[in-house]
Amino acid sequence: MMTDTPLVSVRDLRIGAITDSGRKVEIIRGVDFDIVPGEILALIGESGSGKTTIALSLMGHTRRGCAIEGGTIRVGKHDVTGMTEKQRARLRGTEVSYVPQSAAAAFNPSKRIMDQVVETTRIHDLMPRARAEAHARDLFRALALPDPDTIGERYPHQVSGGQLQRLSAAMALIASPELVIFDEPTTALDVTTQIEVLRAFRRVMQESGMAGVYVSHDLAVVAQIADRIIVLKGGETQEQGTTEQILNNPRHPYTKELLAAFDPVPHVPLAGRDDSADTPVLEVRDLCAGYGAVKDGEPAAKVLDSIEFRLMRGRNLGVIGESGSGKSTLARAVAGILPAYRGSVLFDGQTLAPDLAQRSKEDLRRAQIVFQLADTALNPAHSIANILARPLRFYKGLHGAACEREVIRLLDLVHLPATLRHRLPSELSGGQKQRVNLARALAADPELILCDEITSALDTVVAAAILDLLKELQGELGLSYMFISHDLSTVEAICDDVLVMYKGKVVEAMPATRMSQDATHPYSRLLISSVPQLDTGWLAGLEQDPELLAAFSER
Amino acid sequence: MLRSPTTWFLVGQRLGIAFITLIIVSFAVFFATELLPGDVAQILLGQAATPEAVAGLREAMGLDEPAIQRFIGWLTGLAQGEMGRSYVNNIDVADLLGGRLQNSLRLAGIVTVICVPVALSLGILAAMFRGSWMDRVVSTATISVISVPEFMVATLSVLIFAVWLDWLPALSYGVDVDSLGAMLRAYAMPVITLSFVVSAQMIRMTRAAVIETIETPYVEMALLKGASRTRMVLVHALPNALGPIANAVALSLSYLVGGVIIVETVFNYPGVAKLMVDAVATRDLPLIQSCAMIFCVSYLSLTTLADMIAILSNPRLRQ
Repeated sequence: MMTDTPLVSVRDLRIGAITDSGRKVEIIRGVDFDIVPGEILALIGESGSGKTTIALSLMGHTRRGCAIEGGTIRVGKHDVTGMTEKQRARLRGTEVSYVPQSAAAAFNPSKRIMDQVVETTRIHDLMPRARAEAHARDLFRALALPDPDTIGERYPHQVSGGQLQRLSAAMALIASPELVIFDEPTTALDVTTQIEVLRAFRRVMQESGMAGVYVSHDLAVVAQIADRIIVLKGGETQEQGTTEQILNNPRHPYTKELLAAFDPVPHVPLAGRDDSADTPVLEVRDLCAGYGAVKDGEPAAKVLDSIEFRLMRGRNLGVIGESGSGKSTLARAVAGILPAYRGSVLFDGQTLAPDLAQRSKEDLRRAQIVFQLADTALNPAHSIANILARPLRFYKGLHGAACEREVIRLLDLVHLPATLRHRLPSELSGGQKQRVNLARALAADPELILCDEITSALDTVVAAAILDLLKELQGELGLSYMFISHDLSTVEAICDDVLVMYKGKVVEAMPATRMSQDATHPYSRLLISSVPQLDTGWLAGLEQDPELLAAFSER
Repeated sequence: MLRSPTTWFLVGQRLGIAFITLIIVSFAVFFATELLPGDVAQILLGQAATPEAVAGLREAMGLDEPAIQRFIGWLTGLAQGEMGRSYVNNIDVADLLGGRLQNSLRLAGIVTVICVPVALSLGILAAMFRGSWMDRVVSTATISVISVPEFMVATLSVLIFAVWLDWLPALSYGVDVDSLGAMLRAYAMPVITLSFVVSAQMIRMTRAAVIETIETPYVEMALLKGASRTRMVLVHALPNALGPIANAVALSLSYLVGGVIIVETVFNYPGVAKLMVDAVATRDLPLIQSCAMIFCVSYLSLTTLADMIAILSNPRLRQ
């Protein structure tokens, strides 16, 4: 394979960008690689590593404000860097095509799916429309889409996310290109859906023999599909090698760090706390909540259905489930943001009012909630000191120097320097913002913190550091966490017990450490088996009951 | 294209809201004119009238009935196309308005026919070539036009074209319009002045709406399929920008019926707006009310139409 003439060769690629403040920065700094025909190359890195920028440059496209400033990109016999925009347009779709990260956003909402799938053949005048549509239907079949003959007649909002992602692959493959770029195509999907999509991509790529570039931050996903991996950081190549070599014999410390984030860190419960005779810090009985107009005491859209659980003091409860399972609604109902219409929430043995507005200040103080996106949870116009001072004033009546001291102490608790308090949220990194978000919850001196997907928007290494911080805080302050996540390994790393939710119901409750062995409910088993493993043969060897899959995943 | 029942429900709902708004506005119009200072009977009869004569006239005109009763009478009259009689010259308001409305609509029509295509094309082109010299020229020009008050534009154009160059008549009305050339000359200045004011707003809003959709991932996707810039904008961006564009156009055009008083005054153009100002001067309540209702109806129908276009162009409501 190595003797083939490369299909793509990139030499010393440099891409510059102009920041919002008008400063020029180099975001890709001298990257080299080759792709031989039929090979799938993965670009791995965290946000800001430049992986998508490199992939798009293979099509001669740079996003607004960016420009290719040096180096050469050759695709087939074309020198992409030297081409005019018109020539590049002729290359796009025909020789190099693109599968977007979010197909839901990449499909034009006002046009039928079929029109968009065959559009490439119309733009480049490649084949008669009838033939293009027939070809599209073949691709729909190959990608295991339901109703392949009629699905093209629908509008994008009428099919599911997993289906749209496969339809976007059909859109990329319609003109039989030589190279397909996959830009994090499964990141926005649930794990059970991801499996189906990955399988379909793999099969189609193997059968067609096209070369591919697979952009992802998830090594386990990449392990299933790529032949070779390039590890990127800050626009530079850290390590390049075959998938086996990168996974089993990484040389660069950064690659090792990425792999280490996958190692299961078994959670060690706090000693001497597990006394079942104690009153649970949080107990939920027969909790039902929903959205919409309330009629006869019940809302129009019921989401939570008779949820019951107990969380003992000093222990952590994980809530896992896929999008739409009701896990965030559960956090909102417990916090009282969305008042439950039936059932009760007991805190330390005392029943809380369903509605936030009716709870006492003391009740509010003892249970705090931390949201997923620190970007939207922190007021962009307020300094960090201001953000942290607010709960201190509200709950403890602190002012002036005392308040300032407390702000500094809180920042220290979450390992942030005291000088950071004069900055605005926009001047902080994603990880720092999430720490501030956590510090604000700690300001109330709570006993329970509801964490709603707080690590989901973060890069793996940053997320691992936040988890370590949570554990450390638990040891120091004796907190209990209710930890909501769609990511099983995160839950495994921090929780003692786990609730598996599906369509607003708890289908199973079990100890986190025994999750993979003890799960008995078919949905829990499906969910657990769908988490990609760092093993190149995992997807090929994975056997899931297709009927089970059809029953539980949105296909 | 098929529309779902929800679409028709939303369209019906929008029409219902328009109707309710109309009733509320008619209420406001009627009672606002009631608050105007001065007594009509007194004004009509002059300073020398005896109190008995004034009282007699008030009774004859029905002014001594309770306001609410007169309101209902007026509203039912309007619904039947009966606008009442002018207090001042005892002519049917409908007759007074008829010719004026025709004039106003003719002027508005000409401006619309010229402005909408020009403004939309300029707005779309500016968005397509964002950052180019063309975009900068258009953006700078529209900003300047918006910043200059229309009486300046009107007065300056009279000064330049009528006084200095002597190309066009200073007054639009009273000139003999016997040939096409004469008509063009008569309408040129009011049309130019209004076009300036109306299209600047439309260009800016269209440009903003198109740019917003150009930045969506599905337009980038079209680019990555090899689509030309024209295709990206016309096929992918524009259909999704229809709602906001329709609203921008409607808001600008609604100005053409009621807001043109300055232009009508400067060019001595006998339209509805000028009629209304005259009516206020003479306390001619039925006339004022009718003019106000005409402005209100035209404004409401334009915005309602724009909202319906936005509803109908929403792909999520398609079947």
